[in-house]
Amino acid sequence: MNKRLSIVLLASVFGLMVGCSSATKEEDTAAKSTDTDTTSGADVGTSGSATEMQGGQADALSKRVVYFEFDSSDVTSETREIISAHAQNLSQNTGMSVVLEGHADERGTREYNVALGERRAKAVKQLLVVQGVQSSQIQVISFGEERPAAVGHDESAWGLNRRVELLYSGS
Amino acid sequence: MYRFSRIGLSFLLVVALIRPSIAALTIDITQGIDGALPVAVVPFAWSGSGPTKGASTVAPENIAAIVASDLRRSGRFAPIPNSDLVGKPSHSSEVNYTAWRALGVDNLIVGQVRPMVDGTYEVQFQLLDMFKAEQLAGYKIRSRRANLRRTAHQISDLIYQALMGVKGAFDTNISYVTVTKNRRQENIYRLAIADSDGFNEKIILETKTPIISPSWSPNGLQIAYVRFKNNIGAEVYVQSILTGRAKRIASFKGTASAPAWSPDGKNLALTLYKDGNAEIYIHNLSRGTSRRITRNSAADTEPAWLPDNSALIFTSDRGNSPQLYEVSVNSFGAKGRPKRLTFEGNYNARASVSPDGKFVAMVHRIEGSYRIAVLERATGHLRVLTESRLDESPSFAPNGSMIIYATEYKNRGVLAAVSVDGRARQRLQLNRGDVREPAWSYFKKK
Repeated sequence: MNKRLSIVLLASVFGLMVGCSSATKEEDTAAKSTDTDTTSGADVGTSGSATEMQGGQADALSKRVVYFEFDSSDVTSETREIISAHAQNLSQNTGMSVVLEGHADERGTREYNVALGERRAKAVKQLLVVQGVQSSQIQVISFGEERPAAVGHDESAWGLNRRVELLYSGS
Repeated sequence: MYRFSRIGLSFLLVVALIRPSIAALTIDITQGIDGALPVAVVPFAWSGSGPTKGASTVAPENIAAIVASDLRRSGRFAPIPNSDLVGKPSHSSEVNYTAWRALGVDNLIVGQVRPMVDGTYEVQFQLLDMFKAEQLAGYKIRSRRANLRRTAHQISDLIYQALMGVKGAFDTNISYVTVTKNRRQENIYRLAIADSDGFNEKIILETKTPIISPSWSPNGLQIAYVRFKNNIGAEVYVQSILTGRAKRIASFKGTASAPAWSPDGKNLALTLYKDGNAEIYIHNLSRGTSRRITRNSAADTEPAWLPDNSALIFTSDRGNSPQLYEVSVNSFGAKGRPKRLTFEGNYNARASVSPDGKFVAMVHRIEGSYRIAVLERATGHLRVLTESRLDESPSFAPNGSMIIYATEYKNRGVLAAVSVDGRARQRLQLNRGDVREPAWSYFKKK
């Protein structure tokens, strides 16, 4: 009954693992403008297209974030107006490009929210493309729920986090 | 004066030598099991010299305390406090069985730690049944100083196996992501690994951009994860724990996410968005090739392997709401068509398959709350295990006994663990900041 087993632990892989302290440290230098800041950044409509537009359109063009309903990538009528202004701007300035960055609120799983953010950004892309913007001007990415614009665990925060941000670059 | 400085010096020495391993995560048992087995873990006798505590010297690690805390954490055992112990036996020959029985103790654990001439330690322990007055298990383990905590976890595993009939999962690791603010109030994300009790934390990646979805390689030497980058989005990396070297995997244009290491170690299932929407691929790690598994205009993501590498369970919203589906990775045509697994509720996602393949843990939405539920594959029976609002990222322990997951507590991200029967619960909290995205390792190779 008296089982006696000798287990000799040599310098196991795990022992080496614990002893090792090689952490990869990296800092991202290309910090983007802060999450909530939606008006600064690259210039828009430099070729005077904004001034030629009607007041409402210029207004819409200054908006660089569009919002979505819960669990939805459907584009609202207000969003349509904003996207149309950007479509006009981008199609008239083919040297410009835009990153469409999709986001989700914190509810649900992180990876499914990556898919949801991507789907929202893609819905915006499709609207831009049907209005004459070239696909090559557009890059779709998603941050899922990882970069909330507002912190908080209620609808007032969630509503601000279900969004697509239009990040301009180029000339 | 001379005496004082000597005392001062020896005190510093003691501090330096017996400085305990730091626990980055503190664990609270939030619910134990009614009828947990009463056990006593007697402090192990130490027969060496070394730093002094009071009149006698102390061992470099308090093995009995680590074992008692492991057993308590499992929810299956109720170790009695040291102040209630009747005697300090270190070997079965010194045990007064009647006295321990009278105390209501079913099982007694006694042992010794002896330093060897080569600088290693010999840890001996016995698990004794108080009613049959016999030994259930007894081992001698040789250990190095740096491995004594691990030795204690191995002893806990052996005790768990002897009493529960299932291998313990104490000598395992967890991985998780911490989020803290730096002085400029920017988020700092760290990918960490630690012992299953939160000790020996090691940071393997630190960035200013989010990290999600860590997945252990079966041999415990590498971790796959998703790292976001500004203006680029999600990318999948595989990183060596030993060297810290990270390699980007499946570097197509477009988002890559949700890596899941196959149990045979050969492949990584992951989600690629290059085809216009989220599709599941299998990436062969030695060949570097990627093979498409799903073809659907809906989002397919969060693949999880069955233990025999034959199929994946994944999340898809092809039926409008996200649900779990199972797809064979080797069959084509009708046989290769995904089969829906979940039917209760309108949100079932992020599967984790139990090591025996019998259960699938998931995030399940009920009354607007996201909770951890477990599906029994044979019966289709779904059981909700948790009661909070924003539970996510379940991951099975390699012995299938517990599920670790992320939740919120007092407005902070914490980890929690629940037994598969829902009876034992614990919370793992970081000293500051948020902790999320837990992943339990496989068993360590001996």
